[in-house]
Amino acid sequence: MDHFLYGIPIVGLVFELIGYLVHITPIIAPIVMKASVSIGFAALCGVMCERSGIVNIGIEGMMLVAAFVGWMAGVYLEPVLGSTVGPVFGVTPTLLVALVLAVLAGVLVALIHAWLSISVKADQIISGTIINIAAFGITGYLISLLSINSPEGAGQFKAWNPPQAISDLPVVGWLFDTVFAQGPITIGLIVIVVVFQIALFRTRWGLRSRAVGEHPRAAETVGINVIRLRYRNVMLGGALAGLGGAFLSMESTGTFQPGMTVGRGFIGLAAMIVGRWTPIGAFGAALLFASSVGISQSILIAPPPGQLGDILISLPPQFFDALPYLVTIIILAGVIGRSIPPAADGQPYEREAAT
Amino acid sequence: MSARLSRAWAILALPLISIGLSVIVGSLVIVFSQWLVTGELQAGLALDAYGALVSGSVGSERAIVNTLINTMPLLLGGLAVGLGFKGGLFNIGVQGQFLMGALGSVIVGVQLRESPALIAIPISLVAGMIFGAAWGFIPGFLKAVSGAHEVVTTIMLNFVAIAILAAAVSGPLNVIGSQSPQTLPVGNASLPVILGRNGTIAIIYAPIMAILYGWLLFRTTRGFEIRVAGASPDAARYAGMSPRHLIIWTMSVSGMLGGMAGATDLLGATHQMTTTYGTTVGFDAIAVALLGRTNPLGIVLSALLFGAMRTGASAMQIQAGVPADLVGVLQATILFFLIIGPVIKRIFRLKDAKTGLEDSATTFTATYGGEATIR
Repeated sequence: MDHFLYGIPIVGLVFELIGYLVHITPIIAPIVMKASVSIGFAALCGVMCERSGIVNIGIEGMMLVAAFVGWMAGVYLEPVLGSTVGPVFGVTPTLLVALVLAVLAGVLVALIHAWLSISVKADQIISGTIINIAAFGITGYLISLLSINSPEGAGQFKAWNPPQAISDLPVVGWLFDTVFAQGPITIGLIVIVVVFQIALFRTRWGLRSRAVGEHPRAAETVGINVIRLRYRNVMLGGALAGLGGAFLSMESTGTFQPGMTVGRGFIGLAAMIVGRWTPIGAFGAALLFASSVGISQSILIAPPPGQLGDILISLPPQFFDALPYLVTIIILAGVIGRSIPPAADGQPYEREAAT
Repeated sequence: MSARLSRAWAILALPLISIGLSVIVGSLVIVFSQWLVTGELQAGLALDAYGALVSGSVGSERAIVNTLINTMPLLLGGLAVGLGFKGGLFNIGVQGQFLMGALGSVIVGVQLRESPALIAIPISLVAGMIFGAAWGFIPGFLKAVSGAHEVVTTIMLNFVAIAILAAAVSGPLNVIGSQSPQTLPVGNASLPVILGRNGTIAIIYAPIMAILYGWLLFRTTRGFEIRVAGASPDAARYAGMSPRHLIIWTMSVSGMLGGMAGATDLLGATHQMTTTYGTTVGFDAIAVALLGRTNPLGIVLSALLFGAMRTGASAMQIQAGVPADLVGVLQATILFFLIIGPVIKRIFRLKDAKTGLEDSATTFTATYGGEATIR
């Protein structure tokens, strides 16, 4: 046993691992970026809702419905609106309208969640669970009816081709490529993250939203309409989840599969927690979680040489699948850094009786 | 007599109205979705579909046995969720505990596949219960020591369980030479059939667990403590109970029931495991516990209802051409009408029933925000 332990130079291995990660980063970066989009939108939806005091575990269902509606709108609108390809991103009128409808579908599902949790004051976790069960049921039901005719969707958004000069820049060229050689929803995510971060911490709306999530009674006292603001923010969250769903069926692929969100709504929830309920933090965590998938693929294709490679290959690939969830549990338990939700998160707001 | 009758109505009215309304919503979905796809509006299709659903679930002896077999994991899972609800805990991780329970029972069951059944069956079943209990202990322990909310940790642990299961089946448990990763069958550890073609002894022990659940909650000190802690943690602390201890205990026992559900499915129905092993029992169990209002008899009845729906769904798909996923829609709408209970009660002018759900329903998310400390 002693002999075995001495045989592994731990410090050397750590450096080798860092070297390997730096080496593969430019290669896996575009894959990681794509994998992080729907997780990122789900996390932003979570931040939007929970910052104003509404727990949302129905993100998965909202994304699934939006993905389905986007795809189905494409099927039905393609013959009507035609498929004239626009100047950029391969947009067609059909795709644009379908995207709008997908986002609206997300908003509509969020409205149900808002009504149940704000007006009916039902338990928000039960409400989210209902949304998930209903979303899986209705999309699974409709897709098995529709797929009898094996309909053609409206295709998908294409990635933008940045000028060669930018991609060829030394050292940072790959970074620009990662961000800009993408479809419109992916680029949109980055823009939204920045805008959302500024809005949440630097505008009146952001201050009010945070107040409503931390201490709604105090917010009401200074004249903020808690109920209306919570409704509005949950619906905005639904729009974000809708974009995340639309990415799956309109940009990443051009089809809809039953249950195609495969838990991304829940990883988004995890990313929100690890990112401490801030937009940039949540997006960073989404990138981190997505890279766990990228690294596991890269190890399969091109493992690092020597002992490090042997160790990494001997890890079951499922280890990397479980990593985001394990990290979240560890952070939630306060082992490495605490992550604390908004104080009024999950509590229905009861207006004080007028006197 | 009429007083008892009106009391029974007060308890049963909301669940029955919810089921009735969801059947109506379901028929609208059937008729309009058919119209959307084929352009024909046939109102009779809903009747055909429900007819096939009923005859496929209770129409023959074989169908009834299938319904019972599908009911038992749901019943155990429903008890798992229900116990958590009673203690003010939302165990949304029955899915993970189910998978870990099935994994535990297949690990031991494969080892004991040639041992005498009298030894192999109980040990495999208990192994599943222990694995499930361990998977419930973790979130309970985390909540007790650090205040990490069980809803989030159990969701995360569900996905960790999926990964562990896939790693175990494609790794150490994999049969060398099989085309796709799978374990050996559990052989002698399979639950014995006592009814019809596939009715295993789960039909006996799962209802016994429901009786034990009622006995625990309403006839023992521990059950009283759980209910007090669920209704008001402050009152429990004031009365000298230890909420931390109760949280860990409740989550572990809840996980044990979830693990038993998984072991029952594996030892009784599938007998071996593939990497994609899994059912919707974990999430259906939440619906079962809510519709049954955490009451043991209520959970038995709602597990029977959902078990019958799952069983009849394939007959409905084959005979009426209505996709089996309709069952999910029906479940979700039943829950929807249940939780908008206050609204429904106003519309139907119902009296309030004294049941467990209403008092505890607000406690799950009320503890979600802020820095949680459990004293």
